[in-house]
Amino acid sequence: MNLQINQDQINETYELKLTGEVDAYTAPKLKEVMLPLTDKEGNIVIVDLSGIEYMDSTGLGIFVGALKSSKANNSSLKLRGMTERVKRIFEITGLTEVMDIESGVKGEAL
Amino acid sequence: MRTASDYIEMKVPAKPDYVGVVRLTISGLANRMGFAFDEIEDIKIAVSEAVTNVVNHAYTDTEEKGQVRIGCNIYDDRMEITVVDQGKSFDVESISKNLGPVDGKSVDQLHEGGLGLFLIDTLMDKVEISSEAGVVVMMTKYLHRDEVEEHVDRISPAPSQ
Repeated sequence: MNLQINQDQINETYELKLTGEVDAYTAPKLKEVMLPLTDKEGNIVIVDLSGIEYMDSTGLGIFVGALKSSKANNSSLKLRGMTERVKRIFEITGLTEVMDIESGVKGEAL
Repeated sequence: MRTASDYIEMKVPAKPDYVGVVRLTISGLANRMGFAFDEIEDIKIAVSEAVTNVVNHAYTDTEEKGQVRIGCNIYDDRMEITVVDQGKSFDVESISKNLGPVDGKSVDQLHEGGLGLFLIDTLMDKVEISSEAGVVVMMTKYLHRDEVEEHVDRISPAPSQ
């Protein structure tokens, strides 16, 4: 029950690879890492979610916050590698409409 | 009528640290009952949302953190989970009015919170909320849903644009 965040950087492009669970306990850590990146103009922030086993609305809230920050500061935020489960809660809540989500879903077959 | 065969109760501090523990416990019970993988994942999210709500709202920051109580009734055909806090209750009516997906909203209008109750409502078969003395969220998930057609999800339509 934890969240691991690996960060790679090439110039202004940052890639965050997340592994584990995003819930009320781990979300503050994600926010702490992601927000300073989306806050800076020109940054491209790519978040790889293929290692996420669990996410709930607290996690969605962090991504909404990061999206707002990227719009306000002219940076960009992209999500990729969603498993079917994670994709489902983005869909249910309608966030797939507003988020930049790279298709090509990885994850368990149904 | 079917009667409850087993009842399990947990009481944990209303802190983010324990949301995962509750989720795993409920997941174990749902697995034991024979729920499918996707249903178990739905239940895990719904329970976490309810407990997270208590952690975030029920007790003020200055006040010492209280407890959240999670009860789980196991029936032959369904699991009934009750999440109770003894903190200050929130205005259920005004919150339910704002439930819904983010369809048609601009990025500025999005809230960072507020999707929790919507998810509970969507992922579970039946949800009841009472706010008389603290907040009580009672949610039910049926086994073999196709056999109990009278309990269809009642999801309020998304607000029109």
